[in-house]
Amino acid sequence: MRPTDRKYTKSHEWVMIDGDTALIGITDFAVNELCNGNEGDLVYCDLPDPDRIVEAGETFGEIESVKAVADLSSPIAGTVIENNPAIEDHLEILSEDPWKKGWMIRIKPVSKSLDGLMDAAAYDEFVAASAE
Amino acid sequence: MSDLQTMKQTPLHDVHAALGARMIDFGGWHMPVQYGPILDEVNIVRNACGLFDLGHMGRYHVIGPDAIKMVDSVATNYCAKIPIGSIRYSLFCLEDGNPIDDVLLYREEQDVFIVVNAGNRERDLVHLRKHAEGFDCEVIDESDDLDMIALQGQTSVAIMQAVTEGCDVSAIKYYKFDFGTVCGIENVRISRTGYTGEDGFEIYFPPTESARVWNTLLEVGKEHGLQPIGLGARDTLRLEAGMALYGHEIDDNHNPVEAGLGFGISFHEDKGDYLGRDALLAVKAAPKQALVGITTEGKRVPRQGYKLFRGDMEVGYIVSGSVSPTIKTNIGTAYLTLGNEEVGTALEMDIRGKRQACVVAPQPFFSRTRK
Repeated sequence: MRPTDRKYTKSHEWVMIDGDTALIGITDFAVNELCNGNEGDLVYCDLPDPDRIVEAGETFGEIESVKAVADLSSPIAGTVIENNPAIEDHLEILSEDPWKKGWMIRIKPVSKSLDGLMDAAAYDEFVAASAE
Repeated sequence: MSDLQTMKQTPLHDVHAALGARMIDFGGWHMPVQYGPILDEVNIVRNACGLFDLGHMGRYHVIGPDAIKMVDSVATNYCAKIPIGSIRYSLFCLEDGNPIDDVLLYREEQDVFIVVNAGNRERDLVHLRKHAEGFDCEVIDESDDLDMIALQGQTSVAIMQAVTEGCDVSAIKYYKFDFGTVCGIENVRISRTGYTGEDGFEIYFPPTESARVWNTLLEVGKEHGLQPIGLGARDTLRLEAGMALYGHEIDDNHNPVEAGLGFGISFHEDKGDYLGRDALLAVKAAPKQALVGITTEGKRVPRQGYKLFRGDMEVGYIVSGSVSPTIKTNIGTAYLTLGNEEVGTALEMDIRGKRQACVVAPQPFFSRTRK
């Protein structure tokens, strides 16, 4: 089971409420889809600067592997406070630890409600179904 | 997008699954894109040897007294002038000069063996059979009766010879073919061709033997550094070697003249008229754009569809791109309006509003004979 302290999207992002802010990242499944477990296959990650306003479902960045580019979509609406500066030069942290060290952006959410997103059990089921 | 139930499988499908390959939908086929890291697989082929499943490609045989004449009526190259036992790159174009596919023609004494792309198999067959009407020849679809694999890399001669009897494979010159006994199977077509820029072979044999041939080659090739290689690395290898891929450099809207594929097109009077000849001559007389190589030092990889700018002026677009582990930069191919194609021209590619510097580079990016 994936971490239960956060919620998940069908496009494989996660969001976790952290005090007045929310952290957003991508799941182990998303990373594996991009690089098949070969972290050297990740080549680039574009993250937004502070003060960028994002709507729920809006693309906030892109992640690129040797063979593909994928959009990063925000699970909830808010204003970007900071992005994870470690990612640009160390894309491997996304495969090593997508849940903690691999967070991508911290936002000030419009609302702390995560209604409508999947919990870990539902996401596990969703991934298992899409892998069939 | 096809789902798993409708995707076609090559005879080696389960072998790939057992090797732990990551499988993708490629033109309706469930194919291995990689067994390990894609860039490592590129390096293996450049430094040792790779084994490729090409079962998804189409294999046709035009047989009969008019076979060569018929092929000359639809193919851009001059089939009658190909020496017996030799192979030539060619295209099948429509009247507008744009290709429905690019192919290899194997010239036999009377007949022509043709290898086509997986994604165009069906329409190639319909096209060939339609235009064979009125000729004394028959187009046989041998795709399901003959499997195809490739051995590519500098140790391929040693590996190929170790499993071959009755044929000195080192004597088969580049773009020629012969027949020999391979892994005990008689009359296997052995072709000194490939899609990687490396020395190597493509071989054709009954699909009932596929798993045994594949596994025997991997076993024999172990001491020569042989590894199975997926379609991901294959795309990078062909791009580094400056080889066109249907759906990128050429397609229904991109003619082979502007793609720089003149070596596969004959305007010889004796060949006579063929589908697309007039249109290709017109493009040759007045081309509007040129295919070029692009390199970029930036992190972003060129991708099909990215627009290219020279200052504020839009001058073209990317059609292929990859990370290149061989020349250690990101590479691509692009169409540029004429006047911008000179090597060294500084451009910018637009990635959703962000610009990254790139430059027109000489082609091919990699040549094993030009080190």
